[in-house]
Amino acid sequence: MTAVEAPAVPGGAAAVTPRAPRGWTGLVTVVVVVVLAAVPLFLAPFATTTLTRILVFALFAVSLDLLVGVTGLPSLGHAAYFGAGAYAAGWVSINVTAEAPVPLLAGAAVGAVAAALTGWITVRSAGVFFLMLTLAIGETMHQLANTWDSVTGGANGLIGIPSVRIAGAPLTNAGFVHWYVLAVFLLGFALVWLVARSPFGTALRGIRDNEPRMRAIGYPTALYKYAVFVFAGGVAGLAGSLLAAQARFVALPDIGFLTAAFALLAVVIGGAGSLWGACLGAALVILVRDALGPSLGGHGTLLLGAVFVLVVYLLPRGAAGVRLRRRGTS
Amino acid sequence: MLVSVLNGLAIGSLLFILAVGLSLVFGMMDVLNLAHGALFLGGAYLGAAFSGSWGGFLTAFGIAAVGGLVAGAVLSLMTAPLRRRSHLDQALLTLGVAFVVAELLIIAFGDDPLSAAAPPALDGSVTVLGVVYPTYRLVLIGVGAVLAVAVYLVVERTRVGALVRATVADREMVATIGIDNRLVTTAVFAVGSLLATTAGVLGGPVYGARPGLDATVLILALVVVVIGGLGSVRGALVGALIIGQVDTLGRVLLPELASFVLFAALALVLVLRPQGLFGGPAAVGAR
Repeated sequence: MTAVEAPAVPGGAAAVTPRAPRGWTGLVTVVVVVVLAAVPLFLAPFATTTLTRILVFALFAVSLDLLVGVTGLPSLGHAAYFGAGAYAAGWVSINVTAEAPVPLLAGAAVGAVAAALTGWITVRSAGVFFLMLTLAIGETMHQLANTWDSVTGGANGLIGIPSVRIAGAPLTNAGFVHWYVLAVFLLGFALVWLVARSPFGTALRGIRDNEPRMRAIGYPTALYKYAVFVFAGGVAGLAGSLLAAQARFVALPDIGFLTAAFALLAVVIGGAGSLWGACLGAALVILVRDALGPSLGGHGTLLLGAVFVLVVYLLPRGAAGVRLRRRGTS
Repeated sequence: MLVSVLNGLAIGSLLFILAVGLSLVFGMMDVLNLAHGALFLGGAYLGAAFSGSWGGFLTAFGIAAVGGLVAGAVLSLMTAPLRRRSHLDQALLTLGVAFVVAELLIIAFGDDPLSAAAPPALDGSVTVLGVVYPTYRLVLIGVGAVLAVAVYLVVERTRVGALVRATVADREMVATIGIDNRLVTTAVFAVGSLLATTAGVLGGPVYGARPGLDATVLILALVVVVIGGLGSVRGALVGALIIGQVDTLGRVLLPELASFVLFAALALVLVLRPQGLFGGPAAVGAR
C-alpha cells in the first residue's frame, strides 16, 4: 500500500535536512545533522562504525515507534520486517546488483509486502492479543529464515554481501558507508516524521487514545491501522537494507525475538511517541550490546534485561517524559 | 502415523502443563507473563543437570517446584505495582526478567545444548499396536492427562477453585465479601510458575535444554492460549492438544513449512473466533 520510494541522493547528507527550521528545534536539528555528518572526519573507523550501527538501529526503532507510540500498537515482532528487508537487500546485492537504490528499494518493498501479508490478521486484534500475535509472527519469520537455506543461508547467515555501489564505485571506506547510512536514515526519519505530523498521523493518535470514538465519527480505523502497519514494515525493511549495507552480513538473530525486543526497549527508553527519543534509546541499546557487551563476556543481554526492569519502574514515560516534566512545557 | 499422533499427544500434554499456568495468570491478574518460557528453561536445565537416575530426576523436580513457587511469588509482587499501567509495561517487565533469567542460566550451564535422559526404566521403548514407541513419552501423556483432570477438578469443583474463578470474573466483588484477593493472585501466580518449571523438568528428555528454547516454548504456549481463549482451563487443554497434533503433523508432512502450519492454524482460529475457542466475548479488546 504505502511503499517507500525515492532513495536518497547519497553523499550530500546535510542537503537532506528534513525539517523546516523553526526556532530552537530547527537549530538543534541542523547542529545534530552536521555533527553526525562530520563524525567520520574526526573519529576512528571503529567509533564511526558503531555510530553507523546506531543509525541503522535508530531508523528501525523509529519505524516501531510509529506503531507503539503513535498508534498504540505494541509490536513484539517488528524485527520480522527489519530482517526480511535485510535479507532481501543482501540477496539482491549478491544476485542482482549492489547499485545504490536497488537494495534499498528491495529491502523496503519486501518489508512492506511482508507486513501486508501478516498485518491483516494482527490489526484485527488489540492490546495484549496484538503483542502475542506479533510475537508469533516474528517467530514464524525467524523459523522461515532458518529453514529457507537456499536464500537466507540458514544458520550460517547470509554471507558475502558486496559493498553498496554508487554510480559504479563501491563504498568500501567506513566513512562513505556512514554518509550513505546517514543520508538514508535522514530520509526515512523525515518520512516517518511527516506521516506522524500529517492528518493521517493525527487520526492514528486518535485511534491510540480512543478507537471506538474514532470509529464512531467515521474513520475506517482498521484500514488506518493496516496502512500504518504496512508503512512501518516498509521503513523497517529500509533500515534492514542499511544493515545489509553496513554489516555486509545478515544473520538469524537480526530477524529474531531479541532484536524485536531491543527495538521495543529503545522505543520505551526514549519515551513512546517521541521519534527522537527512540533514536536516543537505540543509541543506548547498541552501545550496551555492541560496545559494552564484549567486556561483559558477551552477556550484554543480561544488562539490557536489567535495564528493561529499571525503565518500567523508574521511567514510566521514557527519557522524553523526563525532559518534558522538568521543563514544564509540552 | 500412529507415532506422529502419539508424539502430538505427548507434546500436547507438555504444552497443556505450560499453557494452563500462563492462561490462569493472565485471566487472574491480567498480566501477560513473558518470563514463562524462561521458567520452563530453568526447569529444563535442572532436569538436564540431574538427569540419569530417579534420585536425580526427583531432586530436579523438587528444586524446580520450590523454585517455581518462589519465582511466581516474586513475579507477582513485582507486577503488583503495575496493575493500573498498560499491558505493554507489564510485558516489558516480565520480558526483562526473562532476559535476566535466561542469561543467568547460560552463565551457569554454558552455551551448549544439554540433553536430559529419562529416568531408568522409562528410557526404553515399548510396543504399542505394533509400533515401537519410547516409554517416557507415553508416561508424559499419562502425566498430562492426570494433571489436566486434577487442574480441572480443582478449578471447577473446589472452594479454592471457585475463589479463583470469582477473582477472574470480578476482583472488586471478591474483595467486598472480605477475601484478600492479593493472596489469591499471588498463589495463582506461584502455582502457574510451578507448572512452568516442572513442565521444564518433564520436557527435558523431549526438548533437552539449550539457549533459545525459552522463546520457542513461550511462543507455543502463547499460541495455545490464544487458540484456547485466555483464562480458560478447558481452552488451554483443547488448544494444547490441537497445537501438539498440528505441530507434529506439520513437521512430518511439511518439514520446511512447519512454522507456517502453526501460524495458519492460529490465523484460522482467530478469523473464525477472535476470542479463542473457549474465551468469553469480554476477554477481547476490552482492555
